[in-house]
Amino acid sequence: MTLRDFVNKLLGRQPASATTAKQRLQLVLAHDRSDLNPELLEQMRREILEVVSRYVEIDIEEGDVSLETEDRVTALVANLPIRRTKPLPAEAEESDPVWSASQA
Amino acid sequence: MPVTTSGSRSILICSGKGGVGKTTLTANLGIALARQGVRTAVLDADFGLRNLDLLLGLENRIVYTAQEVLSGSCRLDQALVKHKQEPNLALLPAGNPRMLEWLKPEDMQTIVGMLRESFDVVLIDCPAGIEDGFKNAAGAAEEAIVITTPEVSAVRDADRVIGLLNTRGIKPIQLVLNRVRPKMMANQEMLAVDDVTDILALPLLGLVLEDEQVIVSTNRGEPLTLNGSSSPAAQAYNNIARRVCGEDVPLIDPAKVRRGLRAKIGRLMHTKIF
Repeated sequence: MTLRDFVNKLLGRQPASATTAKQRLQLVLAHDRSDLNPELLEQMRREILEVVSRYVEIDIEEGDVSLETEDRVTALVANLPIRRTKPLPAEAEESDPVWSASQA
Repeated sequence: MPVTTSGSRSILICSGKGGVGKTTLTANLGIALARQGVRTAVLDADFGLRNLDLLLGLENRIVYTAQEVLSGSCRLDQALVKHKQEPNLALLPAGNPRMLEWLKPEDMQTIVGMLRESFDVVLIDCPAGIEDGFKNAAGAAEEAIVITTPEVSAVRDADRVIGLLNTRGIKPIQLVLNRVRPKMMANQEMLAVDDVTDILALPLLGLVLEDEQVIVSTNRGEPLTLNGSSSPAAQAYNNIARRVCGEDVPLIDPAKVRRGLRAKIGRLMHTKIF
């Protein structure tokens, strides 16, 4: 934040437009560069949450999957607050392969 | 891949978005290079909407174009229009817009290859957009200068173009930031120079301040660099030419262009506090 932004905030004015321009550009370029449309990103977000929530209990509301870009490199950043780890469904998982092996 | 002619350079001037100053940069850089003794050819690769001839004041002297050269109905030197005041500069005019129907990247490579045999630098004025016209022009270049203005639409389009240039292995790719308004930048109502270079991750080849003289010079068909003008844009174009030749010329600081108390307060307001 610059001094101007701070003064603007104090006076309840809109922030200077250059800051807005930069933020909007960074967001739109992250999408342009990865060639992912918001719909695909949303689908990916849902699937990632689904996979992760099989192992740990996550806060879906707080969960955030977004694209960030720096130096022309775009990264998919997932921020998923963990409420608690789930008890591992180890027994069930282990018995499955044995069962399928005996079938074969 | 373009044919490499030792020592000669082919530089694409592109932007993605239209109207940000590609042709003006090509004309002014071409003249500035020529004045430094560099044998320079400027190629109008914008066959659809050609204008380079107009900015250079050569529109009435065109006899043949790139089209006749390609079809073999004239020699290259017959089509080249030499600038009267600056004989180190020659223009190869764009052909008929119908050329777009059959023109291929190989054709552009042929033309540029021919130019590189007799010139030190070939500047290719690229059409706007990222379609065939761009691809044809980019296919004939080894280096690129991307020009943009500090506006979201221009920066976004520049980013697309840079991505395409990167995949083609064109390098170096350098940036020219055009129509910079120091006052608006100081008021943070225009993207800062660093914002643009950070976002596009390109080295800055030049900063051109918004300058009314550019319009005056295009009205006359006499690029600013032709007559030793000392206007801010003329200086910027001359500096860009020197940097293209490898000279180390410091960039202007838009914040220092403005003097006085208001400018000082403006700079203070720019300080990052957290």
